This record gives sequence, C-alpha cells and structure tokens, in this order.
Amino acid sequence: MTTTLPEIDRRPLRRRQWRRAGVQVACIVITLFMALPIVLIGLTAVSSSAAFAEFPRPFIPSGFSGETLTSFIEATGTIPALGNSLLVGVYTVVLSLLVGAPAGYALARYAFRGKDTYQVFMLLARALPIVVLSVPLATMFLDAGVYDTVFAVTLLHTTLAMPTTVLISASVFVSVPTDLEEAARVFGCGRFEAARRVVFPLAAPGLAAASIFTFVLSWNEIFGAAVITLGHRTLPAQVLASLGEAPQAYRFAGGFALILPALVFILVMRRYLVNMWGTTLR
Amino acid sequence: MSEVVLHELVKTYPGGTTRATDEVSLRIADGEFMVLLGPSGCGKTTLLRMLAGLDTPDAGQIVIGGKDVTYLEPRRRNLSMVFQSYAVFPNKKVFDNIGFGLKVKGVPAAEIRRKVEWAADLLQLTPYLDRYPAKLSGGQRQRVAVARAIVVDADVLLMDEPLSNLDALLRLSFRAELKKLVSDLGITTVYVTHDQVEALSLGDRVAVMRDGRIVQCGAPVEVYANPADEFVGGFLGSPPMNFLSGTVGGDGAELHIDFGGQTMPVPSALASYQGKQLKLGIRPEAVTVDAGETGLRCAVEVFEPLGSSTLLTTDVCGQPLKVTAPASFRAEPGERLWLRLPPEQCRWYDPETQLLVEAKE
Repeated sequence: MTTTLPEIDRRPLRRRQWRRAGVQVACIVITLFMALPIVLIGLTAVSSSAAFAEFPRPFIPSGFSGETLTSFIEATGTIPALGNSLLVGVYTVVLSLLVGAPAGYALARYAFRGKDTYQVFMLLARALPIVVLSVPLATMFLDAGVYDTVFAVTLLHTTLAMPTTVLISASVFVSVPTDLEEAARVFGCGRFEAARRVVFPLAAPGLAAASIFTFVLSWNEIFGAAVITLGHRTLPAQVLASLGEAPQAYRFAGGFALILPALVFILVMRRYLVNMWGTTLR
Repeated sequence: MSEVVLHELVKTYPGGTTRATDEVSLRIADGEFMVLLGPSGCGKTTLLRMLAGLDTPDAGQIVIGGKDVTYLEPRRRNLSMVFQSYAVFPNKKVFDNIGFGLKVKGVPAAEIRRKVEWAADLLQLTPYLDRYPAKLSGGQRQRVAVARAIVVDADVLLMDEPLSNLDALLRLSFRAELKKLVSDLGITTVYVTHDQVEALSLGDRVAVMRDGRIVQCGAPVEVYANPADEFVGGFLGSPPMNFLSGTVGGDGAELHIDFGGQTMPVPSALASYQGKQLKLGIRPEAVTVDAGETGLRCAVEVFEPLGSSTLLTTDVCGQPLKVTAPASFRAEPGERLWLRLPPEQCRWYDPETQLLVEAKE
C-alpha cells in the first residue's frame, strides 16, 4: 500500500545553514580584527630593522631576527622595569587574594545588613578614572614616604583589582555547595578547617582564574604606575616614558613584550576565564 | 549511642515571621530509629539542623547522652550525618571521602584503612575506593555518604531525606538495606523524610510534624491506625484516610450519623455530639464492598486497576470516598455499590478542632 506523502520541504534547513554560515563569517571577521594588530606587532618584533621598513609588510617575515628584541631588552631601564612589573604583579595577586577572597566568601555565605550597598559601593573605585585616583594617591604616598616604590604601585593595583577579586571570588564560593562545608563541619572540622580542607580546594581553580585576571590587570596598568613612579617604573610605564625618543623598533618590541604575558595567561586560563562568568565552554 | 532529648526548641529564621519550630519537645531513646515526617516547611529539617549544630535555636535545650549540647559546635557533638544532596566531596576519592571524619579526628592511617574497608565492604563500594565521586552513579554516591557516616563511631546518626534523590526502584531496595544496616549497628538515628511510606517502613517511632509542631508521635502502626487528627490521617497512607462529614442524631439509646440521606450507627460514647457535626475517618483498605446490598450506598465515579489492588473513587451522598478493593474486583463508572464500614475501623473527628474523639467505652 502506498500513500502519497507531501514533498520534503528543505527550505527551512537551508535557511538554517545559511544563518550558521553567516555567524561563522562574522566570527572570522571579528577574530581577524582583534588579532591583526597583535600579529603585526609580533611579526615586527621578530624581524630585523631592515625588514621593518618594507611596505606593504609581508605576512611571512623576510628574515627572523632577534635584533629588535635584543635592542629593546638591552635598552636602559628595560630589565629593572620588567622585574618591577613582575614583582608588582605577584604582590598584587597575593595581596588582593588575601584581602578579597575572604570578603568574597563573606558575600557568598552570609546575609548581612547593607550587603547589596556594599557590593555596589565596591565598584565605585572603578568608576573613577585612574588618573583622578592616582594624583591624590601620589601626594599621599609622597607624604608617607613610599612614593616611587614597588609597594606603592602594588597598593594602587590592589585597590583597582579589589572589586573584581571580591566579586569573582564571591561567585566562585557561591558555586561551592554549602552542604559540603556543613558535612565537613559535622565530621569534625571547625569553620577554618572546613574551609581549608573542602571549600578552598574546590574554589582553587576559580580563584586561580581570578588571580590571572588580577595579574594581567596589574601588568597592563599604565597611567597610575606612570604617575606614582619615577625611577622604579613598571614595564608599561617605562615603555610609555621612552616612547618619545625611542626608535620605532623599540616600540614594537616593547608592545610585544607587554602583550605576551597576557596572551600566554589567557591561553592557559581560557577554560577558567570562561567558567568564571558562569558559562561553560564544553 | 546515646539518648537524645529536645526540649521546647524554638527557631525563627532571620527575616521569617513564623516559627520554623515552635516549642518542639522530643525524647529519643538510646538506639531508637526516630523518623521526623511532615510536608515541606513543617520544621523537620530545622529540627535536624539544630540537633546537628548547624543552626542555633532561639530558645530551648538539646541534650545528647546526658550532656547539654544546645550551643556546642557541630564537630564537638560526635554526630554523623547523611545529607539529601549526598554532600560527597568531589575533590576526594571514595576512600578519602569515607575516611574523612576519621582523618580529621587524627585516627592512625592503619585504623582508617581498616574501618574504611569494613564500611566499603558493607555497602558494596570496595571496587570503587580509588575512584572520584564524579565517576559514580547517584546510588553509589549515596552509599559513599552512608559509609562516611557509619565509619565514625558517632553517638547519633542523622539522615536528611537520604533517599529522596534516588530513583524509585533504587529507593525501594536501598530502604530495606538501610534499615538492616542501622538496626545491625544499633545506633540512635534521627531520620527526616516527607515520604510517609519511608517513615512507616523505617521508624521505630514516627513523629509527624506540621507548622513547626509535632502533631503525633508513636509507633508507625499506631500512628497509621489511630491518626491523632485529620492532618495525620490525610498525610499518612496512600491513598490517604477518607473523611465523611455528617450530623449526629437519634435518641439516648441509639445514636446515628446522617451523611445527608444515609445513616450509620455511632458509638454511644459520642452522645455529647448529639445534634452536632462529626467527621468519620476510615482507611480505604478498611472499607469492603458488600455483595448483600446492605450498608452505605455509593456510586462508582472512577475505577483504577493498580495491579496489586483496585482503587475505587465513589460518591456517598455527595462526599468522595476512596475504597481499596481486591485486584480481581470489577466495576463500571456510574455503577451502584453497597459499602461496609467496620465499626472497629472507624475513627471519629471533631470538625472544629479536627482532633480525634475517643469513642471507646
């Protein structure tokens, strides 16, 4: 027995395929837009200064050469500035976690008066332009005798990183079930021990992601660091200060050196970074 | 193993307007399996959390093994607990999960190994000791949670709806296993559930809770047979107890209740209700269908074959009455039947207080 079925209508399927292709193209365009400057800077940084003058710039560098980078690294002040940047970054991560993670824990676990106000208030530090913040800070640091030190920059960066550290770690702690903590407490742990044995290990990946975020923030921060340091500059501040008189090669190499850590960290922490904002990649 | 005494416990959660528990008192004997049963929001979990020390009571006292623990931290109470969500530590292997309580208390490693292996064997977890909980099924995770709770030599074992996240079949088999396990251990147990079947099957005694109070506490059979009020009768049993309202009439010698056209004799002890409203409570399985066309007349509304029995929803003078009939019983909707309500199975309730009225001489 045969019954006549209507012809299969493939138009909706085709529409969907077209739409998907459109999204793909958009993704590629956006990626290119974001990646092009990075690629150009990277290419220039590993090319010789002769190749640097070529136009249009070839996508495959004509000759690899460490010349540009070497000249950047050998330039006065680069190595100490690099050291300063690393120190400030690490100190900022440690300090902001020490202060911010417990605050995040409190926000996640306890209901207290003024909790919402507190959360909004914290973002206020980020509402002010860094330049506005750093000038009064500079005079305060001068008075306190810590102006132009790694410590001063660390304090500034910790302040800037604090809101994100607190809010991110709060969301990390919220994702650790209260039940687990209570189970630990019933089975013999005090509050601190329960946090150490159960909550912290589970929160660690998220907190690591928050730290990376903080480190990159500190590494890239330039205006504040430029205002409150003179002799002990961080790398971005150093590069900024030398921009005027430095040759173009120096600028590209400097830019590359600044981009590199952020790229590496984002690559390593990509999964956590995506997790951090509540969505999962796969 | 210890006796547990809860004395007039009051708890109002911050921001709450009603008391989660309202002067609840309960005495749980050493080695007894006590079930706290009630609908969600009745205060049963609050009571358990106060007993565990996870919540602090506003007033009242908690005594475990003769020692006051009302405001003591959870870890100093020597309790163990099975959580509804299992609360198995995802970052620890099964072995370390089970041994967690022992490790925290500083028990030597060899002793931990011995006890964990004992518990794992008891709960059929031995092949999984080296796995992470993520690689286990829900049932296995629940076993880990139970194993973790029994390896520590706790005075009291607390269980917060431990079976409610398991699927129906697993729940049935694990229930029996749990009962055997706990009775073998002989540990004082407080078990919270909203499932009346679990409560009846597991408990030495059942405390039925409602609106922050214990409505009735007694042996499962006793609570099932003689519900202290309409709520308990309606909450226990599936299908629940039937209630028929009527007016008591007749003279001093013989009383009867009029359901609205049909009457039935009433025990003479209820003479004080003459001329007043009264409610009859009867279990569906206590009602029998009378082939002799005597008794209460009803009309069949719904006929539901349940496999092991048949459930009839009938109409008696405009009031619904559920009847559990044998599996072989057949009836058509609209059909007339005559029902027999054995007097010894009838319970009487005051419509105003909703409380059981003693009808014995």
